[in-house]
Amino acid sequence: MAAIDPTTLKASELAAAVNRGELRAGSVADHYLNRVETLHPLFNCHIHWDKAEVRNELEKQIDAIEVARYAKKYLPLAGVPISIKDNIMVEGQIAACASRLLAPHRAAYDATVIQKLKAAGALLIGRTNMDEFAMGSSNENSAFGPVHNPWNRRHVAGGSSGGSAAAVAGSLVPLALGSDTGGSIRQPASFCGVYGLKPTYGRVSRYGLVAFGSSLDQIGPLARNVEDLALLYDVLAGPDGRDSTASQRVPLPTQLALPSGNLKGLRVATIREFMGEGLDSEVRKSLESALETMRQLGAETVEVSLPHLAASIPVYYILATAEASSNLARFDGVRYGARSQKPGLNLKEMYLQTRSEGFGREVKQRIMLGTYVLSAGYYDAYYNRAARMREVIKREMEGVFEKEGVHVLVSPTAPTTAFELGQKTQDSLSMYLSDVYTLAANLAGIPAMSQPMGKDSKGLPIGLQLMGPSFAEERLLQVAYQFERHQPPMGVPDLIPSQL
Amino acid sequence: MSDHENQEQFEGLLSRYEPVIGLEVHCQLKTESKLFCSCKTQFGALANQNTCPVCLGLPGVLPFLNHQVVDYAIRMAIAIGATVREKSVFARKQYFYPDLPKGYQITQYDLPYCENGHLALNSGRVIPIERIHMEEDAGKSIHGDNASYVDLNRAGIPLLEIVSAPALRSPLEAHEYLRKLRAIVRYLDISDGNMEEGSIRCDANVSIRRRGVKELGVRTEIKNLNSFKNVERAITYEIIRQADLLDSGTAVKQVTLLFDAASGRTQVMRSKEDSPDYRYFPDPDLGLVQIDQARLEAVRATLTELPVQKAKRFHEVFGLTDADALQLTDEKELALFFEDVLSRVSPIVPAKIVANWILTEYLREHNNRQWTWPATIVTPESFAQLLRALCEGTLSGKMAKMVFDEMASTGANASEIIKLRGLLQINDADEIRAVVAQVVREHADQVALYLTGKQKVFGFLVGQVLRLSQGRFNPGMVNDCLKEAIHESSAKN
Repeated sequence: MAAIDPTTLKASELAAAVNRGELRAGSVADHYLNRVETLHPLFNCHIHWDKAEVRNELEKQIDAIEVARYAKKYLPLAGVPISIKDNIMVEGQIAACASRLLAPHRAAYDATVIQKLKAAGALLIGRTNMDEFAMGSSNENSAFGPVHNPWNRRHVAGGSSGGSAAAVAGSLVPLALGSDTGGSIRQPASFCGVYGLKPTYGRVSRYGLVAFGSSLDQIGPLARNVEDLALLYDVLAGPDGRDSTASQRVPLPTQLALPSGNLKGLRVATIREFMGEGLDSEVRKSLESALETMRQLGAETVEVSLPHLAASIPVYYILATAEASSNLARFDGVRYGARSQKPGLNLKEMYLQTRSEGFGREVKQRIMLGTYVLSAGYYDAYYNRAARMREVIKREMEGVFEKEGVHVLVSPTAPTTAFELGQKTQDSLSMYLSDVYTLAANLAGIPAMSQPMGKDSKGLPIGLQLMGPSFAEERLLQVAYQFERHQPPMGVPDLIPSQL
Repeated sequence: MSDHENQEQFEGLLSRYEPVIGLEVHCQLKTESKLFCSCKTQFGALANQNTCPVCLGLPGVLPFLNHQVVDYAIRMAIAIGATVREKSVFARKQYFYPDLPKGYQITQYDLPYCENGHLALNSGRVIPIERIHMEEDAGKSIHGDNASYVDLNRAGIPLLEIVSAPALRSPLEAHEYLRKLRAIVRYLDISDGNMEEGSIRCDANVSIRRRGVKELGVRTEIKNLNSFKNVERAITYEIIRQADLLDSGTAVKQVTLLFDAASGRTQVMRSKEDSPDYRYFPDPDLGLVQIDQARLEAVRATLTELPVQKAKRFHEVFGLTDADALQLTDEKELALFFEDVLSRVSPIVPAKIVANWILTEYLREHNNRQWTWPATIVTPESFAQLLRALCEGTLSGKMAKMVFDEMASTGANASEIIKLRGLLQINDADEIRAVVAQVVREHADQVALYLTGKQKVFGFLVGQVLRLSQGRFNPGMVNDCLKEAIHESSAKN
């Protein structure tokens, strides 16, 4: 058994080996816990992490996996380590959303996706760092410090699911969960050279995910290859009686391989509005070569125009902040979280002090923005207009798939590769612009993913974004799978020691 | 100022001013579980016993609509003849308070599920009901000596907010409207309708205008009136307060008031300028509430008779007066008691007599002794026995009242009491004649007096016979026998 190095296995292979008894869940857990422990100081991917505590909590799950093996019950994620973004509830574990305010909060229940992961035999290895309450694009808005990009520690990992993307990129875990409100899975996946999927709105239950923008949020998988991404997605997807925004449609297991083995008959469209100003020339070149690969695989590539996407940044920042200002009202120090310890406060002062001390700058900025756009006298000018504009954007994107026969929309995931730590922290607008290509999928509720399509001259990964019509996750994964097979592998970042 | 003095001053000002009153009524629905989670709704549980992550507002939870609430809400809409919106929207009403766990209340705002209903008062005046919407209740704050506590058992319990048009014209009308609403929710079996336990809470909007003026005056809102009496008192007080202001040339300010039941006065809670901005917006966690025609019809099919329909039937089928029919149907259980008793005594006892006995004798004891429904002290069967005995002539009216008093105080059955006390009315003519003969013999001088034309003496003689029978002789038969005996005796002479 010692002959198999779990790090070299895909999650699917790992699960198969554990199900067959060739690998023990316990030894897989120890192997990965050692990796997390050793590599943690480099990247700061995990937070509230205590090796002994995690190992102890895994005992029950390791036993359950053993029992399932004796019962010949196949568990799709048997013994597969996974890290969970800090805004998803795992009963008994700290769930702080990387915020000072929630730092002492332990979850009282399992999120629906966590119940599914546990039932599938996954090993919950740790909680990943993120931008506070998922607000940010660089993972620098964390009360627990920034995450470093495994390809270059001086660069950001992206955000808000920066810890999840970096943990997967650095092989600290094969799989991670992220959440995506405006690109929070895809953009860090792009920056870290891994695969990340934001499912259709309603495809995965949000129950147990701390809400940021409720009408935009989706939980999704991150992995190092398409097969693993699909494996995890299949476990997560499906209806949930505790989330009324979850779709009733029961998903079928994803079939990755296309019978033809190529992309013949596939109509791939780039978006004119995403190819202009702000797009880094190396990223543009990389996209062009990706399109060439797709054409060689038999796809037809066209360009479409989606003029209303120009409004997606203002529309997004009005709707997301409006919802956030409301969703974050419950963090008031009354029932949980870090109540201000200042003496002699009356009720109103306690609210003000607790929230002033507990929330970081970006979160406060967004709460104020959101409160403003919902205020009497401004509601129609901002929230209402943005909500109507969102419908226009949604219809425009749906129209591309329905009327123009486009199967998949492609774009760079982000206009640039990972920027340097501290480079954009003083400039909210330029930070917000790093999500300019990813917001549209959240506004329209459609599925979108990011996959690596190369590296720039600095050796930093470049991400390709694929978007499809609602519930077309399988199509996206199939296209990604074909594309992946014709791409040079990303390899392992130099920072990761080959022997661990 | 006492309520009585208020009342006198009040009558006076009504000739100059017309009150304009609208009520916002919050009605707790008695569904098994809460509006957005599966926690129980039962009253009287230990603090925070009926809670879960959802109604505690823990991070990450989501609301999930309880469709029983929607069905109950539809019942109410149908009962007041309102329009049901096919697609309505839940919205968030945002404010900070410790007993509001999410920092917002889920309610309905610009697109409520129900609009344009109406309710008729006994006078025939129809009060439009502008809208009804569904919302969740907040928890309860309990203030101790050194700390405050929060009980979230109530958080998430479903409420209907029923908003009348400003069409009520007196405190009495407001009272009647509220009673009728309460009767409806109890008939529909969707709420306990208990004001003291808070399952019905009422806010009143009050303004006044000079008689003959069309424009509405500046209104004030009185919050949280917790009994029928206080609704009437608070509105009366407020009308007088506003009239005093206007009479002295001062403008009424638009304020929110709290009624203090102990002093009988209203106090300013906040002015219009301080009124919070609730920043309503559609709740993104809940889809549209969809109510199609089929669902409406399905709920309609489950509805039983409403108070108005019952009163109409009592009038038309049983020949009760409108007033009696309305009073009997005012409370669901009272109407059911009437129907139960009637079904047991019909056709021996006419419906009118059943109604009379219930509305006078029975209701008096019911109210004095503060009985609750369903009736257990005087059961419908026991009451039926009493009325049957009365109408079959085995009990006189006076005896029946005596028996009923004993039923009320002991809880014993009518038939048991009648048997035990040997109270059955005596209709045996021979037995009566024997006593009559004795009385005629013993009071020969009185009989002679009667025969000279002193009619009054006859009553005295009847009284003597009844006294000897301890009130058990059938009084009609005593009359007949006495006349017969007197004539016989005079013929002999």
